[in-house]
Amino acid sequence: MATAVMTSLDTKSRAASRGMSDIRIRNLFIIPTILFLIVFNIFPLIYSLGYSFTDFRASSNAPANFVGLQNYRELLNDPFIWSNFAITAKYVIVSVTGQVIVGFGTAMLLNRDIPLKGLLTTLLLLPMMLSMAVVGLFWKLLYDPSFGIINYSLGLGSFEWLSNPDMALYAVAITDIWMWSPFVMLLSLAGLSAVPKHLYEAAAIDRAGPFYTFFRITLPLVAPILMIAIIFRTMEAFKTFDLAYILTSQPTTEVISIRLYKMAFQEWQTGRSCALAYIVLIMVLAITNIYVKYLNKVKER
Amino acid sequence: MRKTLTGFLAGVGLMLASGQSALAQELTIFWAEWDPANYLQELVNEYEAQTGVKVTVETTPWADFQTKAFTEFNAKGSAYDMVVGDSQWIGAASEAGHYVDLTDFFNKHKLNEVMAPATVKYYSEYPANSGKYWSIPAEGDAVGWSYRKDWFEDPKEMEAFKAKYGYDLAPPKTWAEMRDIAEFFHRPDQKRYGIAIYTDNSYDGLVMGVENAIFSYGGELGDYQSYKVDGIINSEKNVKALEMYRELYGFTPPGWAKTFFVENNQAITENLAAMSMNYFAFFPALVNEASNPNAKVTGFFANPAGPGGEQFAALGGQGISVVSYSENQEEAMKFLEWFIKDETQKRWAELGGYTASAKVLESPEFQNATPYNKAFYETMFKVKDFWATPEYAELLIQMNQRIYPFVTAGEGTAKKALDSLAADWNATFEKYGRHK
Repeated sequence: MATAVMTSLDTKSRAASRGMSDIRIRNLFIIPTILFLIVFNIFPLIYSLGYSFTDFRASSNAPANFVGLQNYRELLNDPFIWSNFAITAKYVIVSVTGQVIVGFGTAMLLNRDIPLKGLLTTLLLLPMMLSMAVVGLFWKLLYDPSFGIINYSLGLGSFEWLSNPDMALYAVAITDIWMWSPFVMLLSLAGLSAVPKHLYEAAAIDRAGPFYTFFRITLPLVAPILMIAIIFRTMEAFKTFDLAYILTSQPTTEVISIRLYKMAFQEWQTGRSCALAYIVLIMVLAITNIYVKYLNKVKER
Repeated sequence: MRKTLTGFLAGVGLMLASGQSALAQELTIFWAEWDPANYLQELVNEYEAQTGVKVTVETTPWADFQTKAFTEFNAKGSAYDMVVGDSQWIGAASEAGHYVDLTDFFNKHKLNEVMAPATVKYYSEYPANSGKYWSIPAEGDAVGWSYRKDWFEDPKEMEAFKAKYGYDLAPPKTWAEMRDIAEFFHRPDQKRYGIAIYTDNSYDGLVMGVENAIFSYGGELGDYQSYKVDGIINSEKNVKALEMYRELYGFTPPGWAKTFFVENNQAITENLAAMSMNYFAFFPALVNEASNPNAKVTGFFANPAGPGGEQFAALGGQGISVVSYSENQEEAMKFLEWFIKDETQKRWAELGGYTASAKVLESPEFQNATPYNKAFYETMFKVKDFWATPEYAELLIQMNQRIYPFVTAGEGTAKKALDSLAADWNATFEKYGRHK
């Protein structure tokens, strides 16, 4: 029997006694996943691509008319959309940079023998485990100019974090940094603990300074895993919605996903919002690709 | 044995039969999650007691009310038999066939006369002046004002105010007086501020706030029949009104840049502002000592008049419509017949609902029931609303985009913001072929 040839299952195992082969078990795991992906990811993806070339509105019974590239053309000519993209880019840069600096810094601090290290690490991970909406609501209170604890403890009087159009985006980024630095820290910590100790010993024997050691040993060896953290955080920051939506409604914090949400679910411009979603998707893919290329390069070293 | 079986079968049959009839006699009304929805549930419980028809008021938070309702409509779902929908939806919902045409029902019961005219115009009729009706005014609502009576009636304050402005300190009759009072009470060093206004630009908060100024200044948003906006939305009156709103923003508490009904009630409960704009629907919380420590010293007034003496307010509130995809339309119509009866409307008002029934509104009984009912009565006969066209949401977002930076950050000028808005709206109407 063919199955008998192909199977490498323990012949005494329960699966084998039921006549299951490797292939069968593989299919059992893979087919539902693939079906799930097709139904919930790939099908809508292709379907919405079709919609992005129409003037379809989900809120009306009017048939969708094919309008060619009109949606894309109008979106890319809309100064408001461009400003949304510029805001998103600024947000991604500020927030991811902040997270890498804070996260990596904390990881460096924790990467040594200190008492209660496990407890400390766990406590530091807490922000990441909270819900975005809850964090948003909490920070809205913390930033409050009348009774917020931030102004009180920093002695800033009634400084308007969220109502000041120039400050609001940074305020959102600070919240995001607070929430997601632990994620970068966790990955960096894993990378740091994997750096062989003998390299440091060799550097110490050669009397290498701390900066030299950091830039020549620590950073290059942690770089691949740090890159992965950066990729994840960039993608997430690009899609940020909850924090910015809850904290403030300044036009200067209207990141692209908020605009997309409004277009799709308040204005019900389904066709056009599909087009915008595709533009965002292409951008995220492009950025991720650049990162992945760089990541491979880093790994080769 | 046979007997048992027959008995059993009969039992099952009876159960099925009664189950069937119970199914037919159940109605679901969809509304947003707020106090009036609870009052409505109490009201419909009485309908159940009278007729045996069980009516459930299903609710969802305001933030996804629109999204959830339209998702159900778009899917042609029969989950809701009736919906108490926002006044702006009526264009989108009627053109797409989501609402049942209630014109005959309306004319048969002369609801034109039964309900306050403004509510009929904005909650029920679409297109404007077409004589076609899609909903029954259910929860009347408009923007009004609350104020701190103790601050206003403090003899020292009154004296100082009179010395500074030359007239008596009292609830403002005009927007100019309101500006003076806001300026007078604006004392950041004492953590007391002049006024609380709407500034939230994520849905219709800011726009509603600005509408109060525009309408009382004698301005309009556009011609709702011909879709003409040039020279109307950017008229001299509207520019003045928007400048006034911007000026009032200067007297708000710090950080007042994303505020809507919650924050504006807080302005009163937390001793932040002397006056605060809000929907009447949120005033019950202000006279309740459990939710407002200043309940005893909170007063109310209607939206003041503009420089030309005109006095209007922005409309909130909703009408009740029958959903086209409901399987119980007949039963729903019966319910509506009960709902519009005078005694039902009276009971509705007693429970805390804001009736739109002209007769109830005019009754002294209603007007004296709460400290704000009189202001509500005065307001409901002079309300105006935003566009109700199917593309209202785009118009709303465009208006937010143009006026928010001016109001909260002083960017550009009022004239420039409104000129750009006129261009945006024209382009949108062009896109949907509204200009004939």
